[in-house]
Amino acid sequence: MSAALDLITRVRGVRGAMLVSTEDGLVIAEQLMEGIKGGAVAALAASLAGRLRRAMEAAGTGASVFWHLQAEQGALLVVPGDAAGGILVVAVAEPDVNIGLVRLELLRAAEAAL
Amino acid sequence: MSPHTRAVENWTLEPLTDFVREASARLVLVLTPSGQVLAQSGFSRAVDVMSAAALAAAIVASTGEIARQMRQPPFGALSHQGPKTGFFLATFKTDRGTLAVLAVYDLDVSSLGLVQLFYEQLATELKAASPKGAVPKQVLAADFERELTDSLNTLFGR
Repeated sequence: MSAALDLITRVRGVRGAMLVSTEDGLVIAEQLMEGIKGGAVAALAASLAGRLRRAMEAAGTGASVFWHLQAEQGALLVVPGDAAGGILVVAVAEPDVNIGLVRLELLRAAEAAL
Repeated sequence: MSPHTRAVENWTLEPLTDFVREASARLVLVLTPSGQVLAQSGFSRAVDVMSAAALAAAIVASTGEIARQMRQPPFGALSHQGPKTGFFLATFKTDRGTLAVLAVYDLDVSSLGLVQLFYEQLATELKAASPKGAVPKQVLAADFERELTDSLNTLFGR
């Protein structure tokens, strides 16, 4: 799992990466820079994942494969790790990070973690 | 404020209301380890509050005893998760004495991580709001029924 997170944190501009249990919102593994509250990010990302899943189902779009939330001082990028949605692979990044590269590494990490 | 959130001791009301909203908890009790309820949210019947408080107090006592036999400090928190519902029970120290929080949450709207996260905030706010220098009131056996009736009347707005 640590190796899976290494893939993500190697990307320039990524401040941390985590594997999060979708069901209970707890951290499974993390590599975070100081100052990032891993537990809070995990709990809120899992909560958001549950609500997004229901919204996507209601919209008839199927399961989500990647989300990117852009904020003023950073970004949250998430790949649900398996079809059942049991694990989230989460990256916390600088606002100007290379989104495409992080997405690719998140998908690779999801494959490696499972 | 939720119509079902009520407090016997008013300083608990705002932190509890915030916790219920942010953690999306269905039922919450703030109580002493002896089962005296200070505030509740989500309960509609007095008998349910009495049962939950008695069971939570029993769990706190039994896990405390297990910890004592293991020569460990008392456990900080306990969680149990079923297929649709989970509960979280934790204790912390305040100037009012040790308090316990019992939270019941539905897995489709909340999670253990979310409850743990906002529990920390609740405990911090309750510690800050608790009456300073207060001596925890002892409930004597002779007064127990009257105290219980008064608390339940307050909690259910009677």
